[in-house]
Amino acid sequence: MPLTTIMVKVMSDKILLAHGSGGKLAHDMIRNSFLSALENPVLSQLDDSAVIEPVGRLAFTTDSYVVQPIFFPGGDIGKLAVCGTINDLAMVGATPHYLSLAFIIEEGLPVSDLEKVVHSIKETTAAAGVTVVTGDTKVVNRGTADRLFINTAGIGIVPAGVNISGHNAKPGDVLILSGTVGDHGIAVLSQREGINFSTELESDCAPLNALVREMLTASHNIHCLRDPTRGGLATTLNEIAEQSDVSIRIHEEKIPVREEVVSACEMLGLDPLYVANEGKLVAAVDPGDAEKILEKMKKHRYGRDAMIIGEVREENPRRVVMKTSLGTTRIIDMLVGEPLPRIC
Amino acid sequence: MKLVSEFRQSELADGLVRSIHRHAAKEARFMEFCGGHTVSIMKSGLRQLLPPALTLTSGPGCPVCVTDNADLDKSIAIALLPEVIVASFGDMVRVPGSCSSLQEAKAAGADVRVVYSTLDALTLAKENPDKSVIFLGIGFETTAPTVAASILQAEQENLKNYYVLSLHKLCPPIIKALLDSGEVNLQGLICPGHVSAVIGSMPWEFVARDYGIPCVVSGFEPLDILQCIDMLARQVANGEAKVEIAYRRGVSREGNQTAIDIMERVFEPAPARWRGFGEVAQSGLRLRSEFARFDAELNFDFDPGPTVIPEGCLCGEVLRGVKSPQDCSLFRRVCIPAKPVGPCMVSAEGTCAAYYHYGEGDVR
Repeated sequence: MPLTTIMVKVMSDKILLAHGSGGKLAHDMIRNSFLSALENPVLSQLDDSAVIEPVGRLAFTTDSYVVQPIFFPGGDIGKLAVCGTINDLAMVGATPHYLSLAFIIEEGLPVSDLEKVVHSIKETTAAAGVTVVTGDTKVVNRGTADRLFINTAGIGIVPAGVNISGHNAKPGDVLILSGTVGDHGIAVLSQREGINFSTELESDCAPLNALVREMLTASHNIHCLRDPTRGGLATTLNEIAEQSDVSIRIHEEKIPVREEVVSACEMLGLDPLYVANEGKLVAAVDPGDAEKILEKMKKHRYGRDAMIIGEVREENPRRVVMKTSLGTTRIIDMLVGEPLPRIC
Repeated sequence: MKLVSEFRQSELADGLVRSIHRHAAKEARFMEFCGGHTVSIMKSGLRQLLPPALTLTSGPGCPVCVTDNADLDKSIAIALLPEVIVASFGDMVRVPGSCSSLQEAKAAGADVRVVYSTLDALTLAKENPDKSVIFLGIGFETTAPTVAASILQAEQENLKNYYVLSLHKLCPPIIKALLDSGEVNLQGLICPGHVSAVIGSMPWEFVARDYGIPCVVSGFEPLDILQCIDMLARQVANGEAKVEIAYRRGVSREGNQTAIDIMERVFEPAPARWRGFGEVAQSGLRLRSEFARFDAELNFDFDPGPTVIPEGCLCGEVLRGVKSPQDCSLFRRVCIPAKPVGPCMVSAEGTCAAYYHYGEGDVR
């Protein structure tokens, strides 16, 4: 094969530093890898800023995604980046509308990997009804990023009469969890070098805006919503207890955990309550409306396994306790540091 | 069989708890040797179910916790050598030595890798032929056979860049040291499950015979531990002292002969330093002379510097079972998992960490 052919081949299937130069390669990449998949009237302007005209109370959020590996059972970094930001908006009751996407790409990433990620962004945004209106790409030297990092920001609109915040949980509120915990963390961990174990388990990565919309049709008396991502359910409940200055009591036997997750956690010395989720929410709701809301949730694909898992209380504020299946009580603390598998 | 949920059934637990209440008439103190048992007991809130006459005391069975500061410093000094990759089980990287931890050494440029098995360390050695890969051999009889197997494999594959820093410790000798000290008065010993899966229940027979203390080997699920406590309480009530097994699915009297053989082929007993105990004869494992070329201790030159024990830290006393975490003035105030002073607050099996995370049953 002549040298030029080899060069062209190498250049066409790997991301090069030049792709981040702002020159021709950069333009080609934006056109071929991004615009072709995510095209819409605002993005296609290719102006320095997207111009949008939202009406109402705005919700605005941003998050960065550095998951490793970038492809995992049930999703990839692109789906995760879109769902994560959509979910952050949904957790204040907002209807997500617009997203920004910023890519930091390590030199040498196969173009096909990038395109797979963009394709999954396309599918996830379409399914969730949000539009990518602005974006950016940077390519960095090999070794200065781990394949691909994505930052997303999102804008949503909070419907009138909706007031959801981590500060709003009240004593007497009922806590509802939308489904099984630990699926995402264990699915990702199962793929990680050095751990690899085979499991049918998939990440629960999903956009929760439609589920929240359904819940709000049942009642506006949803005081607090949170998606228990990093740090798991335990950390999220501690955040709510702290922000709202209340205590929380949960019941071990009510918390849905898949048997695969329980087993993997036992093996690795982890606690499912501290393992990340990417498609679950926990809600503190008015006790009078709890059943109504739960019923709506159970009808939605992302809330099928929803359960009432506990209640908000007044005494011992800022503390989360769990009634165990043995009938004893224990404190549920926040996660400290990275959960590390145990030694023996 | 569901390996986890079946061992957490509340009806079975109720029956065992009733039986324990029937048998535990006399005051008795049982020690759970193993950190894994401490965690399970705290996590399930099991102490809340026991009659007031029964007290549970945590023992020295956390391999990370009993590693002496001098040995931690040695690990850190080795990690800072050039062209070296240190491979370690997860817990170790956070444990503070005299003035640093492996985690901090890593941030300062040391190549420290967390591995999940010794085979991963061997793979690292194969993938990095120009570096020396040193595996930190921390652990009891549970992990020592797998480390021994990795050395045999390295020998077979003629790997020239794989080493082990053997800080392994043996459980029966430390129990003997603990009982000989006379510091704790025990009426029962909850013997370690995983260690006994390797060595069998036989090595505990001296405890029953020579010290008159009932011994029961336990598994790690709440039901296993409740059954074990019930068996101990019955022995106490009947005035007996014998070794029983409440973990038949994992442990036999003789143990795992293959694992024992591999361990004995590569290692030989040697004196070892234990946090809280000092040097205890025949309580550690060193590489036999024919495996000297794999011994990190003999093949590297390093200076760990002077050993410092943080002032006020009661990890040593907690490991000997003479103090509990709440007796330590640093506990929860200065010493917290995010900024641990002593190793018992770091390790997943550490007594202080278990008390910190799961509370002391003070929440009803």
